[in-house]
Parts: sequence; C-alpha cells; structure tokens
Amino acid sequence: MVRVLGNFDVAEEVVQDSLVTALERWPQQGIPDNPGAWLMTTARRRAIDLLRRDRRYVEKVALLERSTLPGDSSETDDRLRLIFTCCHPALAQDAQVALTLRSIAGFTTAEIAAAFLVAEATMAQRIVRAKRKIVAANIPYRVPEGDELPDRLDAVLAVLYLMFNEGYLSRGSEVASRRDLAEDALWLTRLLDRLLPDQAEVLGLEALMKLNIARAAARFDAAGEMVLLPDQDRGLWDGIGIQDGVALLHRAAALNAPGPYQLQAAIAAVHSEASAWEATDWRQIVLLYDALLRMTDSPIVRLNGAIAVSRLAGPEVALGEVNDLAMLLGDYHLWHSTRGELLEQMGEHALARQARLRALELCQNPAERRLLERKLAG
Amino acid sequence: MKYLLLFVGTREDQNRWDGMSKEQYATAMAAAGKWFDEYTHSGKIEGGLQLTGSGVTTVQPQNGSRVVTDGPFIESKEVIGGFAIVNVKDLDEAQAMALAWPGGPVEIWPAVER
Repeated sequence: MVRVLGNFDVAEEVVQDSLVTALERWPQQGIPDNPGAWLMTTARRRAIDLLRRDRRYVEKVALLERSTLPGDSSETDDRLRLIFTCCHPALAQDAQVALTLRSIAGFTTAEIAAAFLVAEATMAQRIVRAKRKIVAANIPYRVPEGDELPDRLDAVLAVLYLMFNEGYLSRGSEVASRRDLAEDALWLTRLLDRLLPDQAEVLGLEALMKLNIARAAARFDAAGEMVLLPDQDRGLWDGIGIQDGVALLHRAAALNAPGPYQLQAAIAAVHSEASAWEATDWRQIVLLYDALLRMTDSPIVRLNGAIAVSRLAGPEVALGEVNDLAMLLGDYHLWHSTRGELLEQMGEHALARQARLRALELCQNPAERRLLERKLAG
Repeated sequence: MKYLLLFVGTREDQNRWDGMSKEQYATAMAAAGKWFDEYTHSGKIEGGLQLTGSGVTTVQPQNGSRVVTDGPFIESKEVIGGFAIVNVKDLDEAQAMALAWPGGPVEIWPAVER
C-alpha cells in the first residue's frame, strides 16, 4: 500500500480504515474467500476516494504527525494551534487526550494504549477516527480568539487534568510499564503556559499538579501500600516543589481571575503548608471548598469537602451532607469509604464496617482496595 | 467548506411546536427568521427549508426494486424540523452559527468537497 500510494501517512490511514470496515462487516456478512485481496481492494478504493475527495488530507495528517521540539518561536505558534485542534470539543474527550499525547507529547500509540489500559488496536482506531474527523469536518488549526478563548481553553485544561489524574491515581499500581502521565501532563501544562502566557487557570492547574507531585513520595509506603493524607510522613514531601507550586498560585492570583483549578490548588497548598494533619487550617479549607462549589457545584467536590467539614463542625454535620449525595454518588466507592470514615469517627463501628465493605465491592483500583481491606482488618 | 445544519428534535418537541399559540409561534418564527436573514445577508447560507415534521414518505431499494413506504427512514422518535446549507470557512464558523440558532439541537454534517 505504501508503495502504491507513495505516501506513508495516507497508506497507514486507509489500511486502518479498511480494517475497521472489515471488522464491522465480516461478522455480519462473513469473511470473504480471499480476505487479503478484499482488504487490498477496499484499501485502494478508500485511498482513491480519500485523495480525490480531500486534497487537504496529506497536509493535515502531516501537520498532526509533525514531531515538535521546544524552542523556536515559529514552531511555538504551530504547537499552540495544534493543542487547540487536538482538544477541539467536536472530538470525543478520550480522543482529545490521545491526540494531544501523540501530537504534542510525542507518545507512541502503544504508549498511549498502555497508559489508558486499552488494546493498542483500539487506541489506534480512536486516533485514526479523530484525525479523520479533523479532516472531514474541517476542524480549524488556529488559536481561538476573544469570546471563544475561555471555553476552548477550559477544554484544553480538562484534557490535561484528566491526563494528570490518570497518571497520578494509578501511581504504585502494578502496571510498571506505564509512562508517567502525571509528569507529562505537568510538562504540557507548563508548555501551554509558555505558549499562552498570563492565563490564571493555566497557572492554577500547573500549581495544582506541582503541589500534588511534590507530595507524591509520601503517598505509598516502602511496601507499595497507599498512605492517606492524615497518615503521610510529611518529611517525605518535596519542600522545593511545594514552594514552586505556591509561587505559581501567587502568580495566578495576581491576574485576578479566580477559577476552579486555582481554588483546588489553593486547597492543596493549605494542606501542603500544614506541619501536621492536626495543624491544618480547616476553616480556610472549608471556605475554599465553598468558593469552589459556587463555581462548580459538583457532588464530587461536595464529597471532598466533607472531611474538612467534619474537622471544623464535627462528623455528624459532615455525614448529613454526605448522606444528601446518596442519590448521585450511591455507586461511587469513595462515597461509601467517606461515610465509613465519618461513621468511624462517630464511634459507629458496625455501620462504618458496612460502608467500607460496600466501598470495597465497588472499588477497582488495587492500591485503594488494599487500603480498604487494611481498614476493615484494623 | 459546506455543511448541512440539521435542526433536529424529538416527536415531543414537534408536538410542542405544533401546539403553540399564534403569538408564541410568531415569536419563535421571527427568531428563526432573523437567524436565517442575518446569515443569508452575510453570504453564509446557501439554502434551507423549514419542514413539516410529518407526512414523510421513504423510497428505498429492496430486492432489486424500489419500495415506497409511509414514514421516515430515521428512527421515528426523532424529527428533522428543517435544514440550512451553509458555506463557511471551517467547523468553528459552522459551530458558531449552530450556537446562535434560537431553536433546539442542531447537527452539523460536513459535505463532501468536489
């Protein structure tokens, strides 16, 4: 196919495409007598279609595939445009993440597939489909301006945040071959800050990532078991990293455009600056959660704020708030484990145990499961 | 680049639309009319129609001949209320038009370029 077409990108694309067609058709229509020839014919037909129908194709694919290196200012603009193209809301969010990792961070398809624990073929297909949509729907290659920018920037930040969480939460899990998505997400956010300076929420997200990474060493003990914030050895925290995160947050605050990432970073900063769990400024944290809820009223944020409420107003008050979320979060393991924690504090050991057992049933992450098992045993 | 903007909705949306009072209908039509006028003036709309949303007939090939049936080809719980053919620079521009549409959901279908 490469020889026939003389263009690797297009060849790769049409072969993928023919395989997709085959996967869709063969189960229904049966496998043709000569599958190889069928694929080749289909691929050639698709290729001619593509080339005739859309001359922009080669150009666009080349653009997406172009490897980029930091530095050079003409490339800076290109990369910023590319980020916005990859994170265009007309693409499915998982495809946005995959395209960004591939085109900006230089991941291979295999690495992205490993990072998200999906089969390489599935990931390849996802990327191919997204690229095809960029071409077919003519998703522009430009930096959004004026009124458009805030929403589009939010979409980019959502992709980076998702990437970070995927990496951060899975740290210490058994998959050793995964690239560190959290570090890559931080790198990409820093890149975005350089390409599009003085955006408060970009700095806010960078601060949030930085502060979390700075405390990462204490999240797992020597045996690889997860350690929650109250029990962490704060001596293992990276003081310089925390200072950097707080400095980023100050830069963000100076821009006077508060947003959810800055508030989450501020919450992380208050925790990071406390010498011990008991010394945490809970009033400040509850205030920050209230501000965050005014901006994004999400049940997850309410749940996260509940522990702070319990420290300030007692576990009974916090449990009341958590119970109110039953309809929304009843299938979420952290809802049950938070209830378990609060009931334990209230001395309701039997009920706490029940809640933790339910959390264990719902929890997939191995490290979190072991943590719940330890709590149930202790 | 050309796109087809499809103004879609559910059967219930259509019933609501059909059950509007004269004034409500006039207000809704005026808003849609204004949208069409503005974009036609700026040269972005090449054509469009408001559809009745009912009385649809489908003609389709079947066993070598063509069969005429009552009803639409798409799921009957969905209705196409109308469409516009637009000629704009890229998806962002088509999206901006869809965002400004005063009615319900809009599907943006890119056209094959020749």
